[in-house]
Amino acid sequence: MKFLYAAFGITWAVHIVYLVILTRGFNKLRDDIKDLERE
Amino acid sequence: MKSKFAIFALLTFVLLSWGLYQALVGAPTEATMGQVQRIFYYHVPNAWVMELCFPLNFLASIIYLVNRKAAIDAFAVATAEVGVVFCTVVLLTGPIWARPVWGIWWTWDARLTSTLVLWLIYVGYLMLRKLSTGGPNPVLAASFAIFGCIDAVFVFMAIRWFRTQHPKPVFAGGADSGIDPRMMHAFLINLLAFTCYGALLVWIRYSLERTRQKVDEAHAMKSLLHQEARSSR
Amino acid sequence: MSVLSVLRITLAKDLRMEWRSKDAINSMLFFALLVVVIFSFSFDLTADESRQIAGGLIWVALLFAAVVALNQTWARELRNQVLDAYRVSPAPAESLFLAKTIGNFLFVAILELLMTPLFIVFYNLRSIGPVYQLILASVLGNWALVVNGTFFGAMSIRTRSREVLLPLILFPISIPALLAMVGATTSTLTGEGSAHLSLVFLAVYDVVFTLLGLFLFETVLQAE
Repeated sequence: MKFLYAAFGITWAVHIVYLVILTRGFNKLRDDIKDLERE
Repeated sequence: MKSKFAIFALLTFVLLSWGLYQALVGAPTEATMGQVQRIFYYHVPNAWVMELCFPLNFLASIIYLVNRKAAIDAFAVATAEVGVVFCTVVLLTGPIWARPVWGIWWTWDARLTSTLVLWLIYVGYLMLRKLSTGGPNPVLAASFAIFGCIDAVFVFMAIRWFRTQHPKPVFAGGADSGIDPRMMHAFLINLLAFTCYGALLVWIRYSLERTRQKVDEAHAMKSLLHQEARSSR
Repeated sequence: MSVLSVLRITLAKDLRMEWRSKDAINSMLFFALLVVVIFSFSFDLTADESRQIAGGLIWVALLFAAVVALNQTWARELRNQVLDAYRVSPAPAESLFLAKTIGNFLFVAILELLMTPLFIVFYNLRSIGPVYQLILASVLGNWALVVNGTFFGAMSIRTRSREVLLPLILFPISIPALLAMVGATTSTLTGEGSAHLSLVFLAVYDVVFTLLGLFLFETVLQAE
């Protein structure tokens, strides 16, 4: 049933989006640390 | 620490996969609602994690206002963000489940409305942190979280007393007795899986915030030292 | 300086400043008028329907108008860096909070006095229940909006998109009060159901959030 797949799909879509946000956060942090050490 | 994290992450992944399989295939199809009922195996566990996260944030906010430890604030923002993520899932899967089963997308009963209000409050909380001039203001955020959570209680009570209760469908075949043990199994596995996943996310977000706090501190120290060096010349 | 004397002085100062400048009051009044007109225009109701819905409409309209007012009063403080002066002064933060809240309460009361007759006219409203309940709902509801609005106003002016943030954080918090206000108003207008529970609920809400605001205002004021 398409409702079923929609629900499961949306759950993981939301969770994956958040994981992407976290990854971006970590990357930015890593860049900041590199800047800090460079100075 | 790193290896503990990796092991926990792996365990979570295994549990989530197993849970997904159980939810879609392993558990038997429910008699009255059909396949759509399987959404229950995802909807309720996500709700449970949200119900853990927000009170934890409430506690962290109070504790922060008392002792002002940066680590507590990091925990607060972590539980708030993860809470919002899981709450979003709940608010999306709920209507998707309700529509085919009960014919309505939404109703203003106590549970749904307070969940929506909590979502609004915590999104507001995150925006307050994001938009504060000069970096996230943990004191303002903590105060707001306290207001917000107390308010959520009022919302729940208000709707209970003031809106005629639509016959709110109980999770048919879910929490009642006489449930097929394979369904219970699927439910419990997913409950455990998502709880672990939630804990994992909070752990990740907390470390991210802590590290960021320390980097900002180091930055501030550095510019302070530079200033001192410059002025003493 | 005692809490009460500081309260009196701050309140008098706010009212005097507002009276002299009049710009905030004028724009607020006109905005309130426009809101009433637009709402009344959008919904064309029969007498019975209007009694059912007017409660909700009035309060929503008032909510929007009140937010404009709330943003104004704190923005003025920020412009003149008065907030910093308050922080270093020995005056208790609680009196500042109460003074601002009472000042806002009076402004919003003026808005109510303007908007309510207009609504009555546009919708041909006639209350079936006792009018004193409507007045009580107005007073308690006004305080509910204003006490949280003042507190969050102090928070939101310290942010980048300050005017937008206030309604963002005020609206969700005000939802239970809104429910009670609308419930009490509608019950009184239509004569169905009792407004008593709603009014008691609203009173409890007011007390709880006033105490909470008093308790935390010092903290919020001192937060950098």
